[in-house]
Amino acid sequence: MPKKRLVLTFPQTVVEEPITYRLIKDYDLVVNILRARISREEEGRLIMEISGEKEALDKGLNYLKKIGVAIQPLAKDVRWLEDRCTHCTVCVPLCPTEAIVVDRERMEISLDKDRCIVCGACIPACPYKAVEILF
Amino acid sequence: MAKTLAEINEKIKKGKAVVVTAEEIIDLVDEKGIKKAAQEVDVVTSATFGPMCSSGIYLNTGHSKPKIKLGGGKTYLNEVPVYTGFAAVDIYLGATALPDDDPRNRVHPGEFRYGGGHVIEDLVAGKDVKLVATAYGTDCYPRRSLETWINLKDVNEAVLFNPRNAYQNYNVAVNLSHKVIYTYMGILQPNLGNANYCSAGQLSPLLNDPYYKTIGVGTRIFLGGGVGYVVWQGTQHNPTAPRTEKGIPRSSAGTIAVLGDLKQMSPEWLKGTTMTGYGVTLSVGIGVPIPILNEEILSYAAVKDEEILAQIVDYSDAYPKGKSGSLGEISYTQLKSGKIAVQGKEVPTGSLSSYAKARKIASLLKDWIKKGEFLLTEPVELLPSAESGMTFKPLKERPIR
Repeated sequence: MPKKRLVLTFPQTVVEEPITYRLIKDYDLVVNILRARISREEEGRLIMEISGEKEALDKGLNYLKKIGVAIQPLAKDVRWLEDRCTHCTVCVPLCPTEAIVVDRERMEISLDKDRCIVCGACIPACPYKAVEILF
Repeated sequence: MAKTLAEINEKIKKGKAVVVTAEEIIDLVDEKGIKKAAQEVDVVTSATFGPMCSSGIYLNTGHSKPKIKLGGGKTYLNEVPVYTGFAAVDIYLGATALPDDDPRNRVHPGEFRYGGGHVIEDLVAGKDVKLVATAYGTDCYPRRSLETWINLKDVNEAVLFNPRNAYQNYNVAVNLSHKVIYTYMGILQPNLGNANYCSAGQLSPLLNDPYYKTIGVGTRIFLGGGVGYVVWQGTQHNPTAPRTEKGIPRSSAGTIAVLGDLKQMSPEWLKGTTMTGYGVTLSVGIGVPIPILNEEILSYAAVKDEEILAQIVDYSDAYPKGKSGSLGEISYTQLKSGKIAVQGKEVPTGSLSSYAKARKIASLLKDWIKKGEFLLTEPVELLPSAESGMTFKPLKERPIR
């Protein structure tokens, strides 16, 4: 079953549309909300893992596009600036999903984007501003 | 069989010196034993890279026309205030200085995005930096204000002069309280959520020469990517801290003051650093060569992570209140494994000191020495050691009535 991690950005006009409900009921998709920031006053952002049959998934995403929701893959939203990173590892214990992996031989870190839920915990922890999240 | 420093330097000049890093010496000693390794090895290179707040630079900007006396006035580099209490155009910029209008911790935790450490990184990166100054004006220095771009390559002297660097060992910071705290040891999650340490352990300079038998005033070092010198013991130098049987301090002990030509340095080894909710600072890369003059010096330089112990300290209460007391002692082997046990709980660890970068510095310095580009120096004075009786005293407050 295909699975996608997406960042959904929707304008104020769509904020009151129950999109999660529609994706589940109308398109038979499995929806897991990883992170959300929605308010009536501004545009909403939702990080979602959606899985389902390919056809259903395509239809569901079409529905989102049609109502004006911008969709981009999650990976694009985490930027690890390797040239600023010193591999100090101070961010490592703060990552709730163990997406920052330490090679204990080399004592260097790497980012496992599949595990990252873009929670942002590493951002204030990084002394060198080596992580950016566009959320 | 003892060697002299002059003999080692002769070998370096001929490109024949045997140089290994403080990590490589461990396996070598395991394999060959102290005696044989001491005969074979001439120099062990130690290193560290991490935030070191007592750091800063002094600059001589050169004189404007007409002249201005920055001394006694106010001067800023990229909005960050510098110390002007010197002659006309000498200024000192400290790593933790903040712009006057930085909100600091008014909304806690403050972001501390830019400060002294970042200006230093910008300068060594070759970027133009904005100098804005006001002065009171004198007959010989009539000008009262100055706004200009400056660049590291154009100023007269630019010197990194750090009063306290390269701490010999350090605390492991944890948080026993029920809320997140923001410290110079990083963000500490409540209820022992994480444990942060800050030392290169077996690579760290003063842990490889625990009684300062070779490192002293005048020791030539790798500093920020260039060549620098140890110029004094660092502030808070505390050689009488408790030690293990092998002489390794069990907590923060010795420190060094270092100095070097900023123009030789690079942003790879001097990095502006932000500690959320705490402030800004500078991360500094330091590499110190240890001449293997005898077996004793070699046996110290062969120290391993498992032999170096650090104290676990609660930064929510014990540390800020200046209470003594450790929650336990832990080795760097355990700290580097990523998990330690504190009060029966498994706690994930993070480091502020970059072992990866320390390793690179040790190997760079090794290359410099092997190529004959870097000679070792005999200290003109050794640092006060354990027998000196020197301690790190608290402030004795005396109320002003």
